[in-house]
Amino acid sequence: MDMNKTKIAIIGGGPAGLAAAIEARKAGVESILILERDRCLGGILNQCIHNGFGLHTFKEELTGPEYAQRFIDQAAELQIPYRLNTMVMGIALAQDGSGDKLITYLNREEGLVQLRAEAVILAMGCRERPRGALNIPGFRPAGIYTAGTAQRLVNIEGFMPGKSVVILGSGDIGLIMARRMTLEGAKVQVVAELMPYSGGLKRNIVQCLNDFNIPLKLSHTVVNIEGKERVEAVTIAKVDEKSRPIPGTEERYECDTLLLSCGLLPENELTSGLGAVISPVTRGPEVNESLETSVPGVFACGNVLHVHDLVDFVSQEAGQAGANAALYVSGGTRTAESEDIRVKAEGGVRYTVPEIINADRLEDTLTLRFRVGAVYTDIYESVYLNDKRILHRKKKIAAPGEMETVVLKKSAFQEVSDLKSITVKLEEE
Amino acid sequence: MEKRELTCIGCPMGCQITVTLDGGEVKNVEGNTCRKGDQYARAEVTHPVRVVTSSVPAEGGEIAQVSVKTAGDIPKESIAAIMEALADVRVMAPVRIGDVIVRDICGTGVDIVATRNVERRAQ
Repeated sequence: MDMNKTKIAIIGGGPAGLAAAIEARKAGVESILILERDRCLGGILNQCIHNGFGLHTFKEELTGPEYAQRFIDQAAELQIPYRLNTMVMGIALAQDGSGDKLITYLNREEGLVQLRAEAVILAMGCRERPRGALNIPGFRPAGIYTAGTAQRLVNIEGFMPGKSVVILGSGDIGLIMARRMTLEGAKVQVVAELMPYSGGLKRNIVQCLNDFNIPLKLSHTVVNIEGKERVEAVTIAKVDEKSRPIPGTEERYECDTLLLSCGLLPENELTSGLGAVISPVTRGPEVNESLETSVPGVFACGNVLHVHDLVDFVSQEAGQAGANAALYVSGGTRTAESEDIRVKAEGGVRYTVPEIINADRLEDTLTLRFRVGAVYTDIYESVYLNDKRILHRKKKIAAPGEMETVVLKKSAFQEVSDLKSITVKLEEE
Repeated sequence: MEKRELTCIGCPMGCQITVTLDGGEVKNVEGNTCRKGDQYARAEVTHPVRVVTSSVPAEGGEIAQVSVKTAGDIPKESIAAIMEALADVRVMAPVRIGDVIVRDICGTGVDIVATRNVERRAQ
């Protein structure tokens, strides 16, 4: 097995990996390598042909492939090397005390290769929750797809998965596919959502469902799938507050296709294999203010860290991970005199990313991203350092489907003496 | 005075906008957080527009389909006609982002353009 070397290895060439690579190169790191599993760079954006990307980054509305190409072009201009059709099999710490990471990858041209890297940026993205993870009763015929699989079939391969469709789950990809399949001539009969609120962005409810009179049934789930060879009918029912189907509320839809849009899971097999601490809430690695995992020199960004709604925020976060990895390999990581502090997520806040903060290592600002656990109206988002409230922001609406962001100044941390706790919470006033 | 509640689709923020109308004339727009929201709200209650995105076969391409979009807003009611017109469209690879695929689709004055680079398939 050959032994190659690089300063920074980036696992994944989607939006996160590309933005991380670009910022690391701009920070002066010559030796970077992106490892990508697919046949091209750009990741999932390639199949997201709808528009609405890039409003924050480029101040214009782009489709997924256009947004990806801007980053692919930048990476090309900066001559950042990458390998395609390359599967990373594992990441391990070198046992020689160097702190280096050993990445084992496989592709047709090079065979099995071990790559030694000083820093690693995890940018593997996420996967859809499949039927097997959902406990849906009924037969197992053909015609059941995750929304993302259907999206790839329609938009890239040019196949329509079916003509008459029921969708379970109101995640954004499900909503986007409700519109896409309708435009391509399919009849999308209903979108059923287990929760009493939609998991997708409001704008997608408006322009993907309302525009086409597709009903959204909240607090509903699939209770039966019929069909031996191919889906023939799907039965949905209303659920009670404990998500149990209510007898007598069943509605049967004759259809040939069931699409599942029931959530995304960060893809962290490599991260776990490396031994990095995984958050049970986000299912991504726990990171500190530098987006560094519990393994020194291993950074994470994008959907492998926590599932985002907007690629613009993925790019921002990944750029920060790239810059911090560059600092790490140049030995310029800021030294910390104070203790690391674990952020407390309370009062309706499910989690924050990062989870661990050391204010000494901040550059100028700290971007904290979080999600709430239910739908709240006329609520305040608050941040406390010890018992001093440094942020109090009114929100007309906060929902689990929309990630929240707060930006805190480093000076706010420095003004508090003997900082012991950082708390993010929702307050009624 | 009539009040209409809208969810802005200008960007993923999805601002809740209230438009006040008087005899079909927009009197007031509230709840938007940018200029785009104001424009969206005014258009939505008078002449709603959308951008249509789709994909068409790319013959000889490294992938089967090339993604396309209307280069600008089109009237919402012409979405079905545009999709019908696109059903028979085929392009020859290579295609570059921004290449015009159909000029002036369905008399809207808006072109259909490619949104992805598709190279020719290696022989």
